[in-house]
Amino acid sequence: MSMEPSCPVKGPGIPSAERRAKGPVACIECFQHIPCNPCEASCPRHAITIGGEITGLPHLDETLCNGCGLCMTRCPGLAIFTVDESGENARVSFPYEYVPLPQAGDAVTCTDRDGHPLTQGTVVRVRQSPAFDHTAVVTVEIPKALSMQVRFIDRSSIPGR
Amino acid sequence: MKTTDLLIVGAGPAGLSAALAAAQAGVRALVIDENQRPGGQLFKQIHKFFGSGVHKAGTRGFRIGEQLLKETLEQNVEVQLGYPVYGLFPDGRAVCGSPEGAQEIRAKKIILATGANENNLCFEGSTLPGVMTAGAAQTMINLHHVLPGQRVVMIGSGNVGLIVAYQLLQAGAQVAAVVEAAPAIGGYGVHAGKLRRAGVPFYVSHTVHRAIGTDSVEGVELVKLDNFRKVDGTQLEIPCDTVCMAVGLTPMVELARLAGCEMTEIPALGGVVPMHDENMRTTNPDVYIAGDISGVEEASTAMEEGRLAGTAAAEALGALDAETAARLKDEIRRRMALLRSGEFGAKRQAAKETIVRRCEAFEAGRQEEGERA
Ligand SMILES: Cc1cc2nc3c(=O)[nH]c(=O)nc-3n(C[C@H](O)[C@H](O)[C@H](O)COP(=O)(O)OP(=O)(O)OC[C@H]3O[C@@H](n4cnc5c(N)ncnc54)[C@H](O)[C@@H]3O)c2cc1C
Ligand code: SF4
Ligand code: SF4
Repeated sequence: MSMEPSCPVKGPGIPSAERRAKGPVACIECFQHIPCNPCEASCPRHAITIGGEITGLPHLDETLCNGCGLCMTRCPGLAIFTVDESGENARVSFPYEYVPLPQAGDAVTCTDRDGHPLTQGTVVRVRQSPAFDHTAVVTVEIPKALSMQVRFIDRSSIPGR
Repeated sequence: MKTTDLLIVGAGPAGLSAALAAAQAGVRALVIDENQRPGGQLFKQIHKFFGSGVHKAGTRGFRIGEQLLKETLEQNVEVQLGYPVYGLFPDGRAVCGSPEGAQEIRAKKIILATGANENNLCFEGSTLPGVMTAGAAQTMINLHHVLPGQRVVMIGSGNVGLIVAYQLLQAGAQVAAVVEAAPAIGGYGVHAGKLRRAGVPFYVSHTVHRAIGTDSVEGVELVKLDNFRKVDGTQLEIPCDTVCMAVGLTPMVELARLAGCEMTEIPALGGVVPMHDENMRTTNPDVYIAGDISGVEEASTAMEEGRLAGTAAAEALGALDAETAARLKDEIRRRMALLRSGEFGAKRQAAKETIVRRCEAFEAGRQEEGERA
């Protein structure tokens, strides 16, 4: 069985497999020409470009992006994730705006873009900051083959709920 | 009787931006809103907004409202809250309710920024408790912190339906379904994505057939649509205790009608709207409009239209010279055109151009008539 993660999405914001293998990188899943651009200004490394037209698609310069995740919390569409395939397992981070928050160490059911359960995973980090304005960033560790498919968790699987 | 140079009805993003632009040009403006809180639609929007940096995108809606109000007050604009304007005469006299009874205001110029009203659907059971508009549900959860129900079915997948459904999830409700009559989701894919990730099922090409229940909603029966026609025998029941309708908004044009503004029908922008020219001026030369009243769009465009109307009114009042006004208005129009580009905006841009064209045609006709008379 191939371990190459299959990637169901394509677009100017999706990093290459080579880049993902090197460490955390943003994965911008915003594919419609909507009048929106806060992601562009949010990146301190200028890795996101929308261009002159506000309805342009966000383009990722994967060589500039270090996967810090700042853009995730500024995007009103909650459409940016980070993926890290450099370790034995993959790490996927996503914006999270529900209470209660999961906690590092929680075993959770990880789901795809349609909320379908894909695998069990472990929450490895939950980031919060006043600068995030109530959007937390949750990171889960999952099998590498699913790195481009896992995008959320089943909230009812959070222990203690 | 109170007098003011510029009266602005509505303290939403359009009205406040108009007041700000006028005040920056040195015009004394009075803003009146029937609500106790300023900000219009903004004060119940807890989500981060779309738009660009200049439109404070990425900031939560209610904070945009707070910031706008603060800037407006810093410019010494007078804002009267809790006063419904219910009368407007073609000569520029307005009447509003107040604790002391009816109050008359005489203004040289008036900007109407009254926003839009939510549409309702009529179906069997639609009068049962538990059936409400999406805006009502949003007010309940975000302002009053009351959950309208435990299990909600949302009718309509435009951005309002998608956003309110997401906020209901955040507030702790379950969303049993989002129902859409068209064959595809109406709102932005990224908003729909939040619900999809949470496992919310979407029923496209479906509509509500009836709400079930005796004393309150116990479920809805959906029916499949083929080209917007109900297909017999495809009924499907979904248990729920709340049905929310997010089926569009209609511009609130009553005051414009009273002021004698000519109307025009433009379905792409929500129905009948007052005709307006490139300066947001209606066919009543003293009355301007801005925001959702001139066609249902977004807060970002409402703010730009407000700035445009405020600038144009200031020019008409003699507070700006023609050159400065033209420069300011060109900048605003450029930003507005950018907001109305792309796959979602192009239709609105075309509709807006139609309104201006119709207004020009009407004015030309009026002039011809005048010359003949
Ligand atoms: C759920 C939802 C989500 C949205 N999300 C976004 C988004 O992410 N980005 C975006 O750009 N836009 C968004 N919008 C749209 C945006 O909120 C509206 O387009 C915008 O508020 C319109 O501004 P406005 O000033 O024209 O009208 P409003 O905000 O509706 O303000 C009108 C004001 O006029 C007052 N008024 C009306 N009649 C009278 C009267 N007779 N006398 C006195 N006062 C009166 C009302 O009380 C109100 O305060 C959203 C809307 C909804 C419903
Ligand atoms: S993850 Fe950090 S570096 Fe990469 S695009 Fe986002 S903000 Fe920029
Ligand atoms: S901020 Fe988010 S929704 Fe807006 S353009 Fe950027 S990625 Fe798309």
